[in-house]
Amino acid sequence: MKEIIKSKRIIVHSILIIGSLAMLLPFIWMIITSLKTLTESTQVPPTIIPRQFKFSNYKDVWDLLPFGRFYVNTSLMLIFRILGSVFFSAMAAYAFARIKFPGKDFFFMIVLIQMMIPGQLFIIPQYNIVSKLGLLNTISALVIPGIVSAFGTFLLRQFFIGIPNELEEAAILDGCNRWQIFWRIMMPLTKSGLIALGIFTALFAWKDLMWPLIVNVSIDKMPLSSGLASLQGQYSTNFPQLMAGSMIAIWPMLLLFIIFQRQFIEGIASTGSKS
Amino acid sequence: MVIERNTQKATNKAKKINKKNLRDYGWAYLMIAPTILGLIVLNIWPLIQTCYLSFTRTSGFGKNQWVGLDNYIRMFSDSSVIHAVINTLEYTVISVPVGVIISLFIAVLLNSKIKGKTIYRTIYFLPMVSAPAAIAMVWRWLYSSDYGLFNYLLSLVGISGVKWLTDPNIALISVIIVGIWSTIGYNMVILLAGLQEIPKSFYEAADIDGAGPIRQFFAITFPLVSPTMFFVVVTTMIGSLQVFDYIFMMIDKTNVAMEKTQSLVYLFYKYSFITNDKGYGSAIVMLLLIIILIITVIQLKLQKKWVHYQ
Repeated sequence: MKEIIKSKRIIVHSILIIGSLAMLLPFIWMIITSLKTLTESTQVPPTIIPRQFKFSNYKDVWDLLPFGRFYVNTSLMLIFRILGSVFFSAMAAYAFARIKFPGKDFFFMIVLIQMMIPGQLFIIPQYNIVSKLGLLNTISALVIPGIVSAFGTFLLRQFFIGIPNELEEAAILDGCNRWQIFWRIMMPLTKSGLIALGIFTALFAWKDLMWPLIVNVSIDKMPLSSGLASLQGQYSTNFPQLMAGSMIAIWPMLLLFIIFQRQFIEGIASTGSKS
Repeated sequence: MVIERNTQKATNKAKKINKKNLRDYGWAYLMIAPTILGLIVLNIWPLIQTCYLSFTRTSGFGKNQWVGLDNYIRMFSDSSVIHAVINTLEYTVISVPVGVIISLFIAVLLNSKIKGKTIYRTIYFLPMVSAPAAIAMVWRWLYSSDYGLFNYLLSLVGISGVKWLTDPNIALISVIIVGIWSTIGYNMVILLAGLQEIPKSFYEAADIDGAGPIRQFFAITFPLVSPTMFFVVVTTMIGSLQVFDYIFMMIDKTNVAMEKTQSLVYLFYKYSFITNDKGYGSAIVMLLLIIILIITVIQLKLQKKWVHYQ
């Protein structure tokens, strides 16, 4: 019996390891290629360990594109989107979950409609709004479509619904008004939900390519996602430099993920189970 | 006297409740105001606008001219749109089942008592935190027909010169592989959370009854995880129908496989923002909306057959 369990375990691990290698291979190949010279990268058979480490690939792409600006732009976009969507969604979600008011179903319908419609249907008019406000090629342009979040409202509403009534009733008896209940009692209790929404917002904003591509065409206003995409246009065949650029673009998020992997994964998991 | 006093009390109470209710209404409207106003300006009104735009043609001076159903009629005789519908559906029909089955398989393996669970989870989730442009570029490099790693490895077993991204018969599959690879981790994490909610005692009971692992999977795991599965299937499907990033990054404008790979959202992007024909672009995205709505309705009908809610 013990033998069977042991061999079963070995099989499970081998499958998972093969899968892990398949997941890691592109990243490993990215790092290896980023350190090769152009000639070495096109050699057949390919070398596994670069004969000479060409770290200058990193310096070359860094000089070619304003990656420093990209970092700043991406950070600002993420910070404002996270603050906006978490704060406004929490407020709305609390009202939808805990207060009875006329027109509640109607307003909640608006939230649901937004969630059911594919995002591309909003893009042309959103572009027109941003353009009319004279905000093309600004950080605001990157932030605007994500400043409120229907998904966030929906998600946090689920969290607020789960909190027992007693706490709220006690607070009302103590003479707290709705804002105090929301801010002092409910917000701290839904911390995990707020973190989950923050991570979710950050991930999807950072991965979004089409919107930044459309609104910010001047290179120093681009976030990492579209800035990196522009590298391919300039350098379609110099793969060592493309890979070095990719590494420069993705390492901060990878590092954040590895440090906070538990929060990331639990956050994403809760977005699934709560919806 | 007593009755009078009681009614007095009752009206006082009613007044108090009314006042409290009114105050509550005020707070509620105040608290939903930013989100609701934001959604109306950024989503609801744009939705109406896009719908309107799909019946117009954008002339050179940014003026929109009402053309009735012209855009829709043009769409149904435009081979690139027809191809895009087919490509998008093909992408979805292949990537959703394959992706979800792989994710579920890995989630089930990770749900057992094994060492290194966190490490595996982290590794499978990595593509999810990477920029699509970076993912697309490295896969493009792996797929390179002259210097790519894949073709080198295949050459060792005697297959040579596969044109992963430029052969019209293969290119879409190559993009699908990247799509599946990059979403496995996300789906796996959500499915794993669903699996962890299944009480251990169910499996213990099955063990006592002598049910094998495959039997246990179909009798316990699958039915109990099916609501989570349904969520994953629906979200992956909607995501697949909106595929854009990898096609945009991996298939060049001059690529001969373009016609056989471009998706509806890619066409929408091209018409709306490259050729600046926003009317036609809107019509294309309206078509996408209709397709998504039809598929969602079918999904909701079908779910009764396989999703078990407790």
